[in-house]
Amino acid sequence: MANPMASITSYSSKSRGRLVTGILALIPLLVSLVALVWGFFFLRDIQLANDSNIPQVVTVFMAIIWGVGGVVLLFTTANFFIEQLPDAWVRRLQPVLFVGPAILMLVWALVLPTIRTLILSFYDEASANLIWFENFKFVFTNDAMLVVFRNNLLWMIFGTLFTVSSGLLIAILADRSKFESFAKALIFMPMAISFVGAGVIWNFVYSVKPVDAPQIGLLNSLVVYFGGQPQAWTAFFQPWNNFFLILIVIWLQTGYAMVLFSAAIKGVPSEILEAARVDGATELQLFFRIMIPQIMGTIITVSTTIIIFTLKIFDVVIVMTGGQYGTSVIATEFYRQYFTYNNNGVGSAIAIILLVAVTPVMAYNLRQFAHREAF
Amino acid sequence: MKSSKMINSFIINGVLAIICLCWTVPTIGLLISSFRDRIDINRTGWWTIFPHKDWVSVEKVKPGPEVDRNQPMTFEGVTATFEEFSKGIETEDLRLKWVGNRRVGYLDIQRYGWTAASNFSLENYKQVLAGDDYTATLADGTTVTERGDNMSRAFLNSLAVAIPSTVIPISLAAFAAYGFAWMKFPARKMLFALVVALLVVPLQIALVPILRDYVKLDLNGTFLAVWLAHTGFGLPLATYLLFNYMSELPRDILEAAFVDGASHFTIFTRLILPLSVPALASFAIFQFLWVWNDYLVALIFIGASPTNQLLTQRLAEIVGSRGQDWHLLTAGAFITMLLPLAVFFGLQRFFVRGLLAGSVKG
Repeated sequence: MANPMASITSYSSKSRGRLVTGILALIPLLVSLVALVWGFFFLRDIQLANDSNIPQVVTVFMAIIWGVGGVVLLFTTANFFIEQLPDAWVRRLQPVLFVGPAILMLVWALVLPTIRTLILSFYDEASANLIWFENFKFVFTNDAMLVVFRNNLLWMIFGTLFTVSSGLLIAILADRSKFESFAKALIFMPMAISFVGAGVIWNFVYSVKPVDAPQIGLLNSLVVYFGGQPQAWTAFFQPWNNFFLILIVIWLQTGYAMVLFSAAIKGVPSEILEAARVDGATELQLFFRIMIPQIMGTIITVSTTIIIFTLKIFDVVIVMTGGQYGTSVIATEFYRQYFTYNNNGVGSAIAIILLVAVTPVMAYNLRQFAHREAF
Repeated sequence: MKSSKMINSFIINGVLAIICLCWTVPTIGLLISSFRDRIDINRTGWWTIFPHKDWVSVEKVKPGPEVDRNQPMTFEGVTATFEEFSKGIETEDLRLKWVGNRRVGYLDIQRYGWTAASNFSLENYKQVLAGDDYTATLADGTTVTERGDNMSRAFLNSLAVAIPSTVIPISLAAFAAYGFAWMKFPARKMLFALVVALLVVPLQIALVPILRDYVKLDLNGTFLAVWLAHTGFGLPLATYLLFNYMSELPRDILEAAFVDGASHFTIFTRLILPLSVPALASFAIFQFLWVWNDYLVALIFIGASPTNQLLTQRLAEIVGSRGQDWHLLTAGAFITMLLPLAVFFGLQRFFVRGLLAGSVKG
């Protein structure tokens, strides 16, 4: 660096030398690759063998080390190799090292599957004959499928409406309470719970015993206490059973809405509110004329996120009812067509419909998101 | 003015307390039930552990053989036939109920008063964790063998899936985010647009094609298969959010490092990663919770082999096959929640920050 002339005169020989060391530097990368491939076969065999005498703790530990260490090892050795190459090559290859793995994974896991699913949706159930739009025609005319779409509509409308409004209500109440952080923690704790776990929790709340036996489910015991008849809320109580499933997701997602609204409310300039109060505005006027317009962006973000969420809802329905009793939704119907009926054509068509339904909402959500700051 | 403020605050706190109670009661009920005796869970509601007024058995009278069961009998001043006693007779402060058959049964004398169920143990947890069969000793000394579950195995499997499925996508996304934010290469804008566009793709679309690849490559059922699937599904959001964060970092720091002759790799690992810890941690929590709580991906790529199944799969399986075994379900559900709740309460700050930055997968 000190003497530019020297570096120019020795450039060609230096460059050739670096190429040689570069090739030598390939060795760590190759060794890591071989070691990782060997490790994979070793781990797969002990994981899938039922009679393995290696304790499971050891297998799991090794698998974690292999997976986490493997990524670090590959990036480091690949970079080591690249940095030994001539500068022009470093400039060309380093972006490939940084962005390449992610792009490769995305193409394999999302881009190609979308195209493949689209193609499958034009074929019959065994993916043998091209039948063009027959699958879509079936999906949009079949009676059972129409119930599915109705259910997703119920989820979308009521799930979103109640999640957003209860999130907003709790955020406003918490903002004025002394126990704000404690109350908020309780409300968004369900977000940490799996849908399967939430399904068990609510199955227990909804559980039903014969009329003359004591009820162990909270809801039925309240109903009986007030003189009603116990009900199988999620089964034969159609079509209202859908609402008892939607309630679970409201319970799970209100915390998310609340956190976003809470931050948005705190962002409303207090001078505006004070000025309006001085002018004699009532609390209700403050809320509808000032608060709501000020946090509109957040309302849209939350609503679109929940809409997408309800469009893709799967776990809750599968665990609670298995999609029976008229509660099936797009994602459970997709699963049933593919894996129960082995109908690749209709299954793929449903997946494509899901994509088409999600796209405009997501696009709107992203446009809204672009206006907010990250982290 | 002051008193109206106090009433206001009282109403606000009261309403909030009621909402919070409604929100937590379902979980609390489950937690309490998981410690109750398996027969009690199915017979009485979990709220009976709180003091309440009910008929409490005070004495069991077993009349001798000289008492003729076919004639009206007198106990505690009440005279009635066997049939009437069998149904149960209530006086002002007593309830007399014949338990068992005519010959060897006994009369249960109950008084109305305060009581609380208090039969707690860790039996349910043992039963759901320890293994496939479980021997329980009943009150009368006989033993029965019950089907339990093997959730301790599933717990370890879930760890083996969740940790790499969090680290791998975040590593890949962090590298890519840095590349998009700070490197110059052809088609950069187009590739980033692709990442954002892929945010819309629901993972359902990808399941079957990926499954076919795995079957061809003989990868199905392995941990690697699940890691790669989660990596693919988590990458768009991770890359997008980390890009948003990294591209906001001050340019001067990077330029200073370049002038000092540091390479991109060094700058990334020594400078950008440490600076991005808040964003990385926030997203890592969400990815971890998402993977830990995931059911669909595990269902497709792990499959039905009980030795390799994850917690969510085991729990769903108990729901499906033994939906009335509440002692297994309640304890099992809590085992699946242990780690997420610990992460959640331990790292709440990052959790909220991640939510605000949009870490929620639709």
